[in-house]
Amino acid sequence: MRGGACIVGVGETAYTRDVARAPTALGLQLEASLAALEDAGLARADVDAILPFPNLVSAEELAANLGCPELRFATTHHVGGAAPVASLGTAALAVSAGAADCVLLPAGWAGYSGRRTRQIVAQDVASIPGGAIARDYYLPHGLTAPLQWYALLARRHMHEFGTRPEQLGAVALAMRRHAQRNPRAVMHGRPLSMEDYLASPMLSDPYRLLDCCLETDGGAAVVVTSAERARDLRRPPVAVLGAACGQPDPADEITGRADLFRTGLSSAAPRAFAAAGVRPADADFAQIYDCFTFELLQQLEECGFCKRGEGGAFVEGGRIELGGELPVNTHGGLLSEAHVLGMSHVVEAVRQLRGEAGERQVAGAELGVVTGWGDFGDGSIAILGRSA
Amino acid sequence: MTAADASALPLPGRDGFAGAFYEACRSGELRFQRCSACGAWRHVPRALCAACGSPAFTWTPSSGRGRVFTYTIVTRAMHPGFAARVPYAPAVIELEEGVRILSEVVDCPVEELRIDLPVVVVFQEVAEGVTLPKFRRAVPAGAGREAGG
Repeated sequence: MRGGACIVGVGETAYTRDVARAPTALGLQLEASLAALEDAGLARADVDAILPFPNLVSAEELAANLGCPELRFATTHHVGGAAPVASLGTAALAVSAGAADCVLLPAGWAGYSGRRTRQIVAQDVASIPGGAIARDYYLPHGLTAPLQWYALLARRHMHEFGTRPEQLGAVALAMRRHAQRNPRAVMHGRPLSMEDYLASPMLSDPYRLLDCCLETDGGAAVVVTSAERARDLRRPPVAVLGAACGQPDPADEITGRADLFRTGLSSAAPRAFAAAGVRPADADFAQIYDCFTFELLQQLEECGFCKRGEGGAFVEGGRIELGGELPVNTHGGLLSEAHVLGMSHVVEAVRQLRGEAGERQVAGAELGVVTGWGDFGDGSIAILGRSA
Repeated sequence: MTAADASALPLPGRDGFAGAFYEACRSGELRFQRCSACGAWRHVPRALCAACGSPAFTWTPSSGRGRVFTYTIVTRAMHPGFAARVPYAPAVIELEEGVRILSEVVDCPVEELRIDLPVVVVFQEVAEGVTLPKFRRAVPAGAGREAGG
């Protein structure tokens, strides 16, 4: 895959929590898509492939609104928040194989002013990962939401490896510190101390309120094309050097796994690094899907940035902060910038590799890693590089 | 718990594998699928054995004895059906047969719950004709921690 496809445009809406504004997923995704096309210097009619986020807006609806007369490739990865990065890999494959020239990847939702996650899980059993399994074996015992599924993993990790609440807090604090350098972040201007973190209300022990990502309204989009075509476009292209997605075993059930920590990324990450011909230690930064604090820590382990069980120590002492050995989520992530379904992590990675990240720029950033996490631990990863 | 809360409680399906699983619970038995070809136990129920691929199985009684594998203490309900129940603790129980099941340790204050706590199955009727498998401490409170291994 190395060098075959590039990200040539990125776009975002404002990230808000304004119920009066009441945007729709379609409106947010269209706004972000237009911004990404403008950024690339491509026309709406150039788009011939759309890979939409699952269960929100269809490729047909997006194409009709944007005015894309020749849609010839459209597919969706049904892996929850892992979908944008999984789709990035598929976009690169489609472009490399000649199945598409210009692929649009939009994501976005009214995650705050629309139906909130807890309403979705309470009212729409069919939309819950696991479907009938969750209905039959989890919900009757009160295990009803992602916060609670993943708290089971965090608790077991603490038991096996001695991971401490303050280490989960270190993740929350790093994301919040990065948000102070990002005017787009919902938590910009609201710094956080460890005391604040530890005093935040417990929701599903060991998870406190401040272990949880934000619920926000917002859209983000990227445009992928071939390296050849990218040369003539407006912005410096960012190459998709390697990408992979994977699923836990079993993928549709969380409690019975022989190895509770072996999730989709555990198999995907080695494949992506091998495809790119690089190692985790080569990365200048990582944008890790941070739905909750422990999931970020766990993905660092399963990606190979550290060994399993060492994640707690790895996130301490500023090592994942700007200036540290591996800056993680330089935009503030889902925890402190906004929850844009994982696409904002891709956008931030591109900005870093273009050198456009302003006061949160990682000096000399040439290689970055982006992950996605969804459902009961589906995983996706892309290795991105500054094009020569 | 009010009648309105009880009516909001999410209930399992009553047909297919779930119907068979919960029918056994109704008669006071915890039964899991056991592969007739290779002997592997499994839960959640499935059409094929993931170990050997066989569709043949029997609903085999479990000893009902196990240990807490992991848990979370819910202090803010994410579903209205459980709002009156907080704090409560969904727990993964690992049975002696090797299978794990999501349930709860009843009659155990959440602050006394811990990983590796030995437990044994009990049954709770939560709605007309719907009985869930729950667990209680295998060793009564105050009997000494050493029993917990």
